[in-house]
Amino acid sequence: MISLRVKIDEASCEGHGRCYALAPALFEPDEIGNASVLGDGIVPAGEEDRARRAVANCPEHAIAIDAST
Amino acid sequence: MTTDHPPVEDWAVDFDHTDERYAANPFPIWDEIRSSACPIARTERYGGAWLPTRHADVSAIAYDTDHFSSRSILMSAVRPPLEAAPMGIAPPISSDPPFHGGARRVLLPAFSPQAVGKLEASTRAYCDELIDAMRGREVVDAATDYAQNIPVRVIATMLGFPLGDDDRFREFVVEVIEGVDLPPEARMDSMGALYEYLRAQIEDHTAHPRDDLTSFLLNAEIDGEQLGFEHVGRTIALLLLAGIDTTWSAIGASLFHLASTPGDRERLVAEPELVPTAVEELLRAYAPVTMARLVTEDIDFNGCPMKAEDWVLLPFPAANRDPEFLADADEVVIDREVNRHSAFGLGIHRCAGSHLARMELRVALEAWLDAFPTFTLADAHGVRWSGGQVRGPRRLPIAIG
Ligand code: HEM
Ligand code: HEM
Ligand code: SF4
Repeated sequence: MISLRVKIDEASCEGHGRCYALAPALFEPDEIGNASVLGDGIVPAGEEDRARRAVANCPEHAIAIDAST
Repeated sequence: MTTDHPPVEDWAVDFDHTDERYAANPFPIWDEIRSSACPIARTERYGGAWLPTRHADVSAIAYDTDHFSSRSILMSAVRPPLEAAPMGIAPPISSDPPFHGGARRVLLPAFSPQAVGKLEASTRAYCDELIDAMRGREVVDAATDYAQNIPVRVIATMLGFPLGDDDRFREFVVEVIEGVDLPPEARMDSMGALYEYLRAQIEDHTAHPRDDLTSFLLNAEIDGEQLGFEHVGRTIALLLLAGIDTTWSAIGASLFHLASTPGDRERLVAEPELVPTAVEELLRAYAPVTMARLVTEDIDFNGCPMKAEDWVLLPFPAANRDPEFLADADEVVIDREVNRHSAFGLGIHRCAGSHLARMELRVALEAWLDAFPTFTLADAHGVRWSGGQVRGPRRLPIAIG
């Protein structure tokens, strides 16, 4: 089965927090407000739109989304 | 306007961000520059400065901290001494790498989403208090009766300053912020009053540490060393200057938009769950803050011969309205789904207070919409916008019904 996987480029993330506001099931803030991916980053069914919105709203282009098998 | 700011005739080669027309309505000015042969305007004022208007240029400059220094982030005729780098007068906003990282890192935990969440209930209660005081009146000034008070109270609470001092504290801050056009002596007086007030508060916190931001800063360390009285005082001054008129501007501009756009107001009243999305769109379209940089060495930037010590403005609001960056960039689309705006800057200086500012803006709008679902602009000609690098309504007559 093909599912989506999200990944954050730590060097680009500056903690704008758009991703964890839009998709709290996929991302969470650390103690300085930068984002990390929850779990292995596999996007559960039903979260695909929120994942794509997070990617499309990150001001630093720090989130990648790929198909993962 | 003073005599050294004659009215602008040609925005492409003689721009001035303090011109009255720029304050009243900068959008057509940015559009004109952006769509002209050279999308980066020039002026000989302020000893030489540039004004990029495309998102691509603004972001490239924000990311290039080698060529564009934050030694001063406010454009004026005076450049701070070169020795001020890399710390600058008010770390971290005035600092360059590598100094910047540590000075920023100490602040961030106090402004994390988790820390900010704890302040939401008291912020809402304070908004409701301000609203109760307005009830029964037909017309209020949403800028001074409401928007301005909110960030002052929130930061005073965070810093642990006595709430009984609220009015005094607000007067100091407003005098410092509004006093930028005053002669230097008058300005020193108002800065001096604020400085004395801060000194007393810091001394009190040194003697009686408690669980608040002032004590947190007094205990904080960079590379094993405490920040010291001077750094703490400067950082608190930065939090006041950077956090108050910016947030005040964002709340006011959002209320201005909703008061003059009944369709958007009705939609948010009917669908309150849309407010967080609307907040991002209002931040994009009315981004209050333009920052400045100083060029570090001669550089050809996209055909512009920039010289060392030239100023470059970073108008994030112009970048946010670049049609190449975003479709329908000129329209406010209250439920816009794709919105990579840079109201809080880009790169290493991303607004450290952005989570706090967002919470304040959302809560201020929610409380207002709950209390006054049918408000309108009372007098469109009575609205006054601040000019310069922070743009927002300074007078905003609203009929609350
Ligand atoms: C809507 C309100 C606000 C807006 C639009 C805003 C905007 C900005 C922008 C654009 C920057 C980037 C500066 C640069 O690139 O040189 C910045 C930096 C900063 N802001 Fe805000 N700000 C707001 C509210 C606040 C608040 C409430 C605080 C704190 C109380 C705050 C504290 C800071 C600090 C400390 C920095 C410096 C960060 C650094 O240099 O690393 N701001 N702000
Ligand atoms: C309307 C826009 C603004 C104007 C006209 C303005 C003007 C000024 C002036 C005249 C000073 C005093 C400089 C001196 O005498 O040393 C000052 C200090 C300062 N401003 Fe602003 N400011 C504005 C907005 C901002 C913003 C948006 C920020 C940060 C995001 C900011 C951060 C600071 C800091 C950190 C200081 C130094 C405080 C200190 O060390 O005492 N200001 N500003
Ligand atoms: S939106 Fe982008 S920059 Fe912001 S926290 Fe998420 S990944 Fe980081």
